[in-house]
Amino acid sequence: MKRLLYLILLAAYPGPPCFPQPDPAEILKKVENNISSENRVFESTMIIHGARTSRTMTSRTYSVGDKQAFTEYLSPARDLGTKMLKLNNQLWIYSPSSDRTIEISGNMLRQSVMGSDLSYEDMMDDRKLTEIYNSRLTGTETVDNRKVYVLELTANVPDVAYYSRKIWVDAERFVPLKEELFAKSGQLLKRMTMSDVKYIDGRWFPESAVYKDILKQGGGTEFRITVIKFNQKIPDYIFSKAALKQ
Amino acid sequence: MIRFLLQGLLRDKSRSLLPVIVVTAGVMLTVWLHAYINGFMGDIIDTNARFSNGHLKVMSKAYADNMDEFPNDLALLDADSMTAVLGKEFPSVSWAQRIRFGGLLDAPDKNGETKAQGPVFGIGLDLLSPGSEEIERLNLKKSLRSGSLPREHFEALISDDFAKKLRVNPGDKVTLISSAMDGSVAIYNFVASGTVSFGSEVLDRGTIIADITDVREALNMPDASGEILGFFKGGYYDDELALSDAGSFNAVHKSAGEFAPVMRSLSQQGNMDQYVKLSSVYASYIAIIFMVAMSLVLWNAGLLGGLRRYGEIGLRLAMGEEKGHVYRTMLTESVVIGLTGSVTGTIIGLFFAWLLQKYGIDMSGIMKGTSIMIPSVVRAHITTPDFYLGFIPGLISTVTGTALSGIGIYKRQTARLFKELEV
Repeated sequence: MKRLLYLILLAAYPGPPCFPQPDPAEILKKVENNISSENRVFESTMIIHGARTSRTMTSRTYSVGDKQAFTEYLSPARDLGTKMLKLNNQLWIYSPSSDRTIEISGNMLRQSVMGSDLSYEDMMDDRKLTEIYNSRLTGTETVDNRKVYVLELTANVPDVAYYSRKIWVDAERFVPLKEELFAKSGQLLKRMTMSDVKYIDGRWFPESAVYKDILKQGGGTEFRITVIKFNQKIPDYIFSKAALKQ
Repeated sequence: MIRFLLQGLLRDKSRSLLPVIVVTAGVMLTVWLHAYINGFMGDIIDTNARFSNGHLKVMSKAYADNMDEFPNDLALLDADSMTAVLGKEFPSVSWAQRIRFGGLLDAPDKNGETKAQGPVFGIGLDLLSPGSEEIERLNLKKSLRSGSLPREHFEALISDDFAKKLRVNPGDKVTLISSAMDGSVAIYNFVASGTVSFGSEVLDRGTIIADITDVREALNMPDASGEILGFFKGGYYDDELALSDAGSFNAVHKSAGEFAPVMRSLSQQGNMDQYVKLSSVYASYIAIIFMVAMSLVLWNAGLLGGLRRYGEIGLRLAMGEEKGHVYRTMLTESVVIGLTGSVTGTIIGLFFAWLLQKYGIDMSGIMKGTSIMIPSVVRAHITTPDFYLGFIPGLISTVTGTALSGIGIYKRQTARLFKELEV
């Protein structure tokens, strides 16, 4: 009798409480909707904390989607007039002191952008995360007093700069608040933390980020967007090599 | 007595010719190899000292840890005042600031578009100051293949093979793309004033040499130097002295900071230590190996000679000649043979060494891709020991061989000699 009662109770037990788990690909898609835009124009300040000194640079960037970008450095004096143009998978840099336009390719892509903790390679990969990584939701945590989803991404294509990533995504606003980039060996290569998340033109967008190249000496690179405008009318000639020398 | 022995040796060719040939060949090889090793090792040390390591090198501690990567972001600041301090502390050393860097050299076409591009290794040194020793130190005048040495700022020398590859002629503009001290991309124009060839695969593969002030401007390194190289004023590297100088400098400047200066002797840089050690012991190893090998050969020759001269020695003993006298005459004979072979071998060895010193052997084909500065044309270097070194194996091994084989004389029993001679 006891045995029968036990079996009935067991059959009637509904199991542990089951909450719907968000789809990691869906989370990434929402992040991309916030971060990507048809086009944008922004001015930014980059503070590079080197091993010995810190220096500040300002620049203005025009971008259309993820394929076209044009950046002009406004200060300091040594870098004034330096311009960078990205068209699909090609990148050119114009140096006013030498009046030369040089294509950055091959090993040079691994070099730092203006001495910062970012590499040209970081700028060049314009594929969507959902296209080149398999994602897995590993849990939830709290970052800056906000609930975040923790996603682990593993590359599903061979030609990626970082084999795996760990992203902490704001569970409510769907912007990344922290990201770690790893090599295939598991070595942590870069760490990014995003802050100053603001609601601009119908999207949540982090206006500040700190990048740290773990393998590089120094205190990392602070990146602050001072002005940003989405969906602007940008003339086509901006995204041409001729514009570099103007 | 000596005359008698000499006549015996001259008349009986089988007693003298083969041993003299063996000694001559061995001594010749010893002398030639010693001069060859001396030249080869000396050239490696000298080339690396002049272009890369100096006899002494002062860097920041952080730079020294990654020296091979030319980490100019870790370069020494206030390099001029540091050079002045070094000049006071080590007056017998000549100090020179250098900046080594890597990057790409881009040759534009007439429209300013890239015509050709290749990886480059660069050296910034004092080319334009009056009285600078660097032009002579790097033998730039003799290495010039076309054009002229830089006479003005923004002029640079490019290695000849590299210039041909990039289709660059003297007077053409080239653009250096490198990494500035702050880590940003440095793009800087130079005019190729001339092309040079150093006879070293590493340097001829792709090198640009420019005045250090221009390199500082290009890499945004005001009053900074990656390295301050010290050269003993005598011109020759003295490892003991270099280690002592480095030790005393580091004891005085033992600041804990990673950008504090540190001094390294040539032997304390990379794998130069093994070259310095090898160059000092190689010649001795060769002499010892040849001495042992030749002793065995000549011992064998002596034994054969002893067997062949079995009857002669027996007769001499039967006639009443003392065993000790027979032994001594054989040793004297071997001294004569050893001296003759050593003199002949030394002369021939020196002749071949001189040929190798003058004309060298072009080994560039097998040195492609090397990372150490090895001269493509290997040359011998004749030094004073080459004139007497061959006598050590030539004379000692001959006498030792004879002495060992001659012991058999004392084992002959006088009572049985006549019986043996009847056979």
